[in-house]
Amino acid sequence: MNAELALVADALVRATPLIIAGLAVAFAFRGGVFNIGAEGQLLVGAIAATAVTLASSGSIGRFSVVLAVVAGALAGAAWAWIAAELKRRFHVLEIISTIMLNFIAIHLVSFLVRGPLQEPARIYPQTETFIKSGRLPLLVPGTRLHLGFALAILLAVTLAWVFNHTAFGFRVRATGASPAAARIAGLIDTDKTSLAVFLISGALAGIAGSVEVSGVTFALYENLSPGYGYTAIAVALIAGLNPIGIIASGIFFGILETGASALQREFAVPSSLASVVEAALIIGALTIAAVRGRHPIARVAES
Amino acid sequence: MDNDSRAHRALTSPILALNDITKRFNGISALESVSLSIEAGRITALLGENGAGKTTLMRIAFGMIQPDAGSILVDGRRAHFHSPSDAIAAGIGMVHQQFSLIPAMTVSENVALGGKGRFSSKEIASRLHEVSERTGLTIDPHARVADLSSAERQKLEIIRTIAHDARVMILDEPTAVLTPRDTAELFTQLRAFAVSGGAVILITHKLTDALEHGDDVSVLRRGHLVLSSRMSKLTEATLVTAMLGNAPHVLSARESRSAPSRVAASLVQATIHTKSRLTAMTVTLQVRAGEIVGVSGLDGAATPLLRVLAGRVKPVSGEVKLPQEIGFVPENRRDEALIEDFSLAENFALAGAGRRQGLMQWHAMEADTRDVISVFDVRTPGTAAFPAKLSGGNQQRFVLGRELIKRPDLLVLENPTQGLDVNASVFVHERIRRARNDGAAVVFYSSDVDELASLSDRVVVVSGSSLTEVSADRDEIGRALLSVERNDER
Repeated sequence: MNAELALVADALVRATPLIIAGLAVAFAFRGGVFNIGAEGQLLVGAIAATAVTLASSGSIGRFSVVLAVVAGALAGAAWAWIAAELKRRFHVLEIISTIMLNFIAIHLVSFLVRGPLQEPARIYPQTETFIKSGRLPLLVPGTRLHLGFALAILLAVTLAWVFNHTAFGFRVRATGASPAAARIAGLIDTDKTSLAVFLISGALAGIAGSVEVSGVTFALYENLSPGYGYTAIAVALIAGLNPIGIIASGIFFGILETGASALQREFAVPSSLASVVEAALIIGALTIAAVRGRHPIARVAES
Repeated sequence: MDNDSRAHRALTSPILALNDITKRFNGISALESVSLSIEAGRITALLGENGAGKTTLMRIAFGMIQPDAGSILVDGRRAHFHSPSDAIAAGIGMVHQQFSLIPAMTVSENVALGGKGRFSSKEIASRLHEVSERTGLTIDPHARVADLSSAERQKLEIIRTIAHDARVMILDEPTAVLTPRDTAELFTQLRAFAVSGGAVILITHKLTDALEHGDDVSVLRRGHLVLSSRMSKLTEATLVTAMLGNAPHVLSARESRSAPSRVAASLVQATIHTKSRLTAMTVTLQVRAGEIVGVSGLDGAATPLLRVLAGRVKPVSGEVKLPQEIGFVPENRRDEALIEDFSLAENFALAGAGRRQGLMQWHAMEADTRDVISVFDVRTPGTAAFPAKLSGGNQQRFVLGRELIKRPDLLVLENPTQGLDVNASVFVHERIRRARNDGAAVVFYSSDVDELASLSDRVVVVSGSSLTEVSADRDEIGRALLSVERNDER
């Protein structure tokens, strides 16, 4: 087995949740919804996928993986719906509510892996490990690269197509770019569009979580996500919220993070250096966006 | 200059004089060589229709904008105002249409705003006491502004202006937000300030305010000073003529029309929220295919009606019948008609985006966008250009073209020529008439009485909570607008 190949595969494995969650963030931001809650939606997606897999993989075989991804999407959408409803009814800013929902999701995972979903021996704070049929198939045998990466690419291409070629995608972009013009010149029901954006964004983040448990960890435990949902914001912003660009920026961050672990192992360079580089990149990207002034984030900063 | 004439000049020199002030915005003249002199102890009413240049002139006097030509004299000495703080230092204060108070803070904290150095609540309190001694205006310094009524807030603005040592106080449409009783109270306050040696400039388009409370009056029309006199020498009729003018409008002559046919849009006892959303008006109106209905109203009073007709806002109750295809040209092009981050083709696609299903037919839309650009003579590098690259006139041609190219049964427009130069205005008028002649029903709002008179087949005036039909005659529209307002106040 080729060691370089394994490294590349690891980077792509790491990139997978970043790309999918990055798409979740980009979809929301393009639609004018400031969903900072990809992390929480990803975690509830992981919870739902785990629960479905543990309950079904023995009886329905490989089909349980499909079910797990669908369950993850639904759970993520439901989690985002809470923020959407809070906004509609009480005008709670989603920037605040989605962050708060992240904390709730983190603690929900802690509770579940010590309670209802804990492994039968009740020793470790984690669930039972998925049996083979509950796991995503490998893309390249002999590496850890699983089918989830292909799904991430597929989702990115689909999203780009939705934005550029569908009437719905156009409504989402118009609502995000100028709600007033969307309503008045376009007669777009912006409330309905916003709700759809919340749900789809949440569903995408939920898929990221389900792909992570079904493809990589094969169990639910605390700290399952090293902040994928937050890094995803950076991934989306650096790509200028462009779905195809997110494939590239997601892989880039995947390389950065796996590379940092390797550097620490081999040369004792602190892996936190990767976080420093990431942060510097985000600041740089935001500065450029603000100067060009045509970035949705720049508009949010203005308002 | 000998001693005698210097003494004479000092005696009569106005507290504030604006001499030959000229101001243009983007080449469009807002003020042409306007002179105004303000004397202490008097209330000067500055009258004029919307857009006549009253507010621009006063912004210049308050240092908010700089004139292109002309000079400002304070106590006979040349003054240069680079910002409002210069004007405040010279003793000029302004009470704005939108109050500039911070609701979460107390009265004395708000009075301290804009001051320098340490905040001392005691010092402010003694200041407020001085003001009250001098003018009889009192207010609780510890009250929170959020708890004050709009009349009390305005009183606070006035007190704050006096506390900042203003000798000239400019008020921009101060009675717009007040009930009749509060209006009377306001003028008592202003009179007290004038009696104590101050000068008041009252920007208004309400004739009654000027007639009943002004000592002097100046009238602006289309950026020109057309009248300046002691109030006692004037009659209401003279003022109306001065405000509306006699000259026929240059833009475009009226044109006969074909007989209007079927009803294209109708409102029957439709209850509509007014602009403030505090009150509602109930309206019955029919618009027929082949006619242009002009809507007049002060300060955006007509906007809710236009929005209901355009199918953008639902009435609270009542029967509304609107056609399938409605074209709408909102007044606020930048925020409501166009998306600045979208190309022209995308902005074209915006119309009808709400009910479009399935895929975007970009090829067809590109072709339609090119049609709009050529038929409506939009000067643009191409369909991929962003609206910001276009002049206001070209943006308006594009928006009008976008709305007209689908041949709407009803076309609704708000101030369709505002901010446009004469050529673009004539073009827009031509296109509106052509749409009517092609069988569209047209409803448009204009703040310009002349535009209403020259373009409309029928005119309705929105006032308070009712709709009055008047003939398409500039004087009649103007009188309806002004007298209507008087009725409101009684």
